[in-house]
Amino acid sequence: MTTKAKLVKRPSSVLLPERDADKSPVLECVGLGVTFGGLKAVEDFDLTIGRTEIAGLIGPNGAGKTTVFNLLTKVYQPTAGAILLDGKDTHSMTTAQVNRAGIARTFQNIRLFNDLTVAENLTVAMGDSVRYGLAGSILHFPRYAREERIARERADELLSIFHMESHADERAGSLPYGAQRRLEILRALSSNPCLLLLDEPAAGMNPSETAELMENIRRIRDTFQIAVLLIEHDMDLVMNICEGICVLNFGRIIAKGTPEDIQRNEAVIEAYLGKKKEAAS
Amino acid sequence: MQLTQKKRRRGDLLTAAAVAVLLAVMAALLYSGSLTRQVTNMLIPTAVYIVMAVSLNLVVGLLGELSLGHAGFMSVGLFSGCLVAIALADTALPLAVRLPASMLAGGLTAAVFGLLVGLPTLRLRGDYLAIVTLACGEIIKNIITNLHITGGALGLNTAAIYAGAKELLPYGAVLVLLTVAVMLNLKRSKYGRAIMAIRDNRIAAESVGLNITRYKLAVFVIAAFFAGCAGVLYGHSLANIKAAAFDYNMSIEILVIVVLGGMGSVPGSVVSAIVLTVLPEALREVADYRMLVYAVVLILVMQATNNPAMKRFFGSVRERLTPVRKERAAL
Repeated sequence: MTTKAKLVKRPSSVLLPERDADKSPVLECVGLGVTFGGLKAVEDFDLTIGRTEIAGLIGPNGAGKTTVFNLLTKVYQPTAGAILLDGKDTHSMTTAQVNRAGIARTFQNIRLFNDLTVAENLTVAMGDSVRYGLAGSILHFPRYAREERIARERADELLSIFHMESHADERAGSLPYGAQRRLEILRALSSNPCLLLLDEPAAGMNPSETAELMENIRRIRDTFQIAVLLIEHDMDLVMNICEGICVLNFGRIIAKGTPEDIQRNEAVIEAYLGKKKEAAS
Repeated sequence: MQLTQKKRRRGDLLTAAAVAVLLAVMAALLYSGSLTRQVTNMLIPTAVYIVMAVSLNLVVGLLGELSLGHAGFMSVGLFSGCLVAIALADTALPLAVRLPASMLAGGLTAAVFGLLVGLPTLRLRGDYLAIVTLACGEIIKNIITNLHITGGALGLNTAAIYAGAKELLPYGAVLVLLTVAVMLNLKRSKYGRAIMAIRDNRIAAESVGLNITRYKLAVFVIAAFFAGCAGVLYGHSLANIKAAAFDYNMSIEILVIVVLGGMGSVPGSVVSAIVLTVLPEALREVADYRMLVYAVVLILVMQATNNPAMKRFFGSVRERLTPVRKERAAL
């Protein structure tokens, strides 16, 4: 278990974990926003995530957290602002291109390839690192067998993170709920991302499963040296593993900082629990 | 773990072997002269329908998109391929060169049409794609009917390249085996996985970096290619071909074969193509009630195969043949 890092201020008043401070951030959002008709779902969203940071995105229901994920992965096209991934603007990229550029995600409502096997769910996400094309797919050149074997070994390796190797040949749709959630994380990892977006990874898990998940998220960060941004309602998890937290309400950032800062922040307490005065009156 | 993969592989080999044996038996019977005229005449159409069904299964079963224009691709391939064949008929080249060459020409032309139809329709899904492909098939039919080079409404006279079942069967057999092999190989490959992933969840497929356009186009082009090849073979078995025969009825007939055989299942498509080509002929005895019986049989089979008890029965039979029940769900 790694000790939680202190956040340091960079010149631009951006908060980053101390160990990432001298590296360029993996993701920078500047004034990001999207409007649906007259509704501003997200506006003025500024966020910087360090190379190996575990960051949290929290907020009451309907605050726009998943919308931010959909903006980052280009499911929605931002109507304002910019997303810099690794310093490169993702302006003209599609969802698939953003993934290949390094952002992988999981979904709030699980979206697995149900009729594929567990191992296939992972190999399909490996994309061009499985090096054969259409001709190889049809004719099964010797290279096919070699590449398939390598892909399968990588899949088994990934599955071993969650001790799921024995389920490799099962239908993904037949896995129990918790295992499906874990498989989704592994699928995201198998596309070799530098930033992993987790949308409510602990939803529906019991406290001991959640504790295990926390451990695993840290382990994934440490082994793959990637950044993680997660949306979660389980405050234990968020306060425990996130180094930087960003709080959204009605599409706007109301607070940013370390878990300690956030817990003390008046605006955050108000967003979750309501105003003190109102409670009194 | 590796074992189940091997088992799946074995299931594929079994399918391919069964098809090969079937073709060999039919060939043996044909060349020993022990087939009746009626059966002999059904051999090539059956082979054609197998190829059509297996290739349409790529679109409907693997990609999960409803295409109702498969007969259109077949007819594009048929006419272009047969025109090439007629041009080659005067040369001294043997059939063994002319037929594969014209098949390739027909297949490639159909593939180009697959690309042309696929490009603008890729955004469409479900019912919309079905409607557009249906329309494309009809447009193709009408254009060919109105072209001079294809003989117009009178049809193309293919007497010059007509060949009997005895000459055509080897080519038909090779084409069937090739189609089955390509389909089985594709399913167990990077492309096949990507195609099935798009079917299972498009949004997730995009989120893991799959270029949906590329894979969909590949499916359209490959399916159209084989439909075109099958068309050329079919053209050689007829003395006169009219574009009007390749309308939406035929597309739906092929779709029925695919649905009956099971979405995505290669052996299923082969068996149901044979049954549904033979059935109408076998029912000629009761000519007046033929279509009625055909419809009833079709409904009964659909009902029966969806019956849980029947499914369990077939499941256990299958497991005894090839112990791969779990993977069948993905087939």
